[in-house]
Amino acid sequence: MNRPDWDIVTGWIREGARVLDLGCGDGALLQHLIAERSVRGLGMEVDDERVAHGVAADLDVIQSDLDAGIRDWFGPHSFDYVVVSQTIQAIRHPERLLSEMLEIAEEGIVTFPNMGYWRNRWQLGIQGMMPTTKALPNPWYNTPNIHLCTLRDFEALCEGLGIEILDRAVVDQARQSSPLLRALPNWFGEHAIYRIRRRVV
Amino acid sequence: MKEAVKPPNTMQQPGSVGLVEPQTAHVDVPLLLDCGRRIEAYDLVYETYGELNEAADNAVLICHALSGDHHAAGRHRPEDRKPGWWDTAIGPGKPIDTDRFFVVCVNNLGGCKGSTGPLSINPETDRPYGPDFPILTVRDWVNSQHALMRQLGIARWAAVAGGSLGGMQVMQWAISYPEAVAHAVVIAAAPKLSAQNIAFNEVARQAIITDPDFHDGRYAEHGTIPRRGLMLARMLGHITYLSDDAMRAKFGRELRSGRVQYGFDVEFQVESYLRYQGTSFVDRFDANTYLLMTKALDYFDPAAEAGDDLATALEPATARFLVVSFTSDWRFSPTRSREIVRALLAGGKSVSYAEVEAHQGHDAFLMPIPYYHQVLTGYFDNIARSISQTEAAE
Repeated sequence: MNRPDWDIVTGWIREGARVLDLGCGDGALLQHLIAERSVRGLGMEVDDERVAHGVAADLDVIQSDLDAGIRDWFGPHSFDYVVVSQTIQAIRHPERLLSEMLEIAEEGIVTFPNMGYWRNRWQLGIQGMMPTTKALPNPWYNTPNIHLCTLRDFEALCEGLGIEILDRAVVDQARQSSPLLRALPNWFGEHAIYRIRRRVV
Repeated sequence: MKEAVKPPNTMQQPGSVGLVEPQTAHVDVPLLLDCGRRIEAYDLVYETYGELNEAADNAVLICHALSGDHHAAGRHRPEDRKPGWWDTAIGPGKPIDTDRFFVVCVNNLGGCKGSTGPLSINPETDRPYGPDFPILTVRDWVNSQHALMRQLGIARWAAVAGGSLGGMQVMQWAISYPEAVAHAVVIAAAPKLSAQNIAFNEVARQAIITDPDFHDGRYAEHGTIPRRGLMLARMLGHITYLSDDAMRAKFGRELRSGRVQYGFDVEFQVESYLRYQGTSFVDRFDANTYLLMTKALDYFDPAAEAGDDLATALEPATARFLVVSFTSDWRFSPTRSREIVRALLAGGKSVSYAEVEAHQGHDAFLMPIPYYHQVLTGYFDNIARSISQTEAAE
């Protein structure tokens, strides 16, 4: 079962690259990248059940909490890509993680649910309630997603951190693009997928 | 009275390797030791569980810790109260599945359970070695285990696994004999002892050495045993193997007789436990061996020969690694395991790392903690699968 962002992430990754997947879950994306791109993959995950699952799937998985930072684990330029798929919104300090991941890798790939998606705006703006959608299924009082943002929020943060956006893809749940979506991505994109790197000064 | 004690029928216990018998290998290839001395010939006592397959590629070596031995699983006699020290993990259907793997566990050289050690006769003097037995290192052990491996007709271990001092042997295997280790499972270990760890070992050694019954290690010739020293050493060890939480949970401040006695006899349950552990250890362990094993622990430091860089030390290793630590283990804490993982990552090695939430302290590595065993099972399943795939391809 592919998630909406996988095809685009896969398309951005070079054959045989060294890839670190932060918050790799049960390792499904890593397995996908190994199968499709023959990457040398490593996952980082905090949850016991998911780590056990990744190990059982013959993946290399490091059990660690991303909130504790990643610089302790890896030296500079250890990877070609660091992928943070549907995880950045659950991190205590997303800005620190973004900076750290571009210290250890040439490029970062970040995917997250777009809070600016029209259904979210409708639920919050018109109905006056915190949104619950397929991309954000949890109620406000019990959700891992503590740092939600919109496309514009994310791009502003990248600007502030000196991060260059190399590519951006925006999709809806059905992974489709449309003229409407291309014209107003912050309204009609349910998922955002960014390829970033440290700005060369 | 006799009827009341019904021996457990181990052959029918699910997951048990059943009754096992130790074997002895005689090695007459001289072993040059790190200390500069050499042993011309020696015996190694070992046990095996499961069957070696035709390709001889399903063998797993288990390395034991400080006070361990070759008896890792099953029972020697049906009436044995306890099975081998890692019976929780080794057996049919267990994480290290003896239906699929041929498991070997060796009593380390210098031990007191049958392998050549301080209790053996020194051929040069025709007396027991006692304190004259050469000081050994982890690398010496690995070299001797390698000699056994060849005698068993095994060219490469599918995995080498061990906890604590056993985990150090696993690392040394991966460094010394990269071609002979496919997977390295390093549990509750450290890349070297901390000053605090060496300090504990030194107190343990001093307890033994200053016991009036020690007689400079020649207690056997004096017909004595340094009981008090060895007991104290073990009591100290046990304090460091348990966590504060585990002790609180196990004993609290519970009193044996329900109220304080205002004296120095055993009053608290924890005192009773430590004394029991200490005295029972004296009956099954040799003081000179204990001294040797603690020194091997102290000396282990593969990075020392590589400019104090562990990644450089691990450079030769080609094995895939699994590193496991336990949150409440303060003797070999997760921080120490992370040092190993970081060095492996820096060297571009294949490694997985699990940090197991456990309150049992260092002892946790022997316990059947569900998540821990889930990780081990998944890891060894993959090894078994890669072996059968190789066989199908041939």
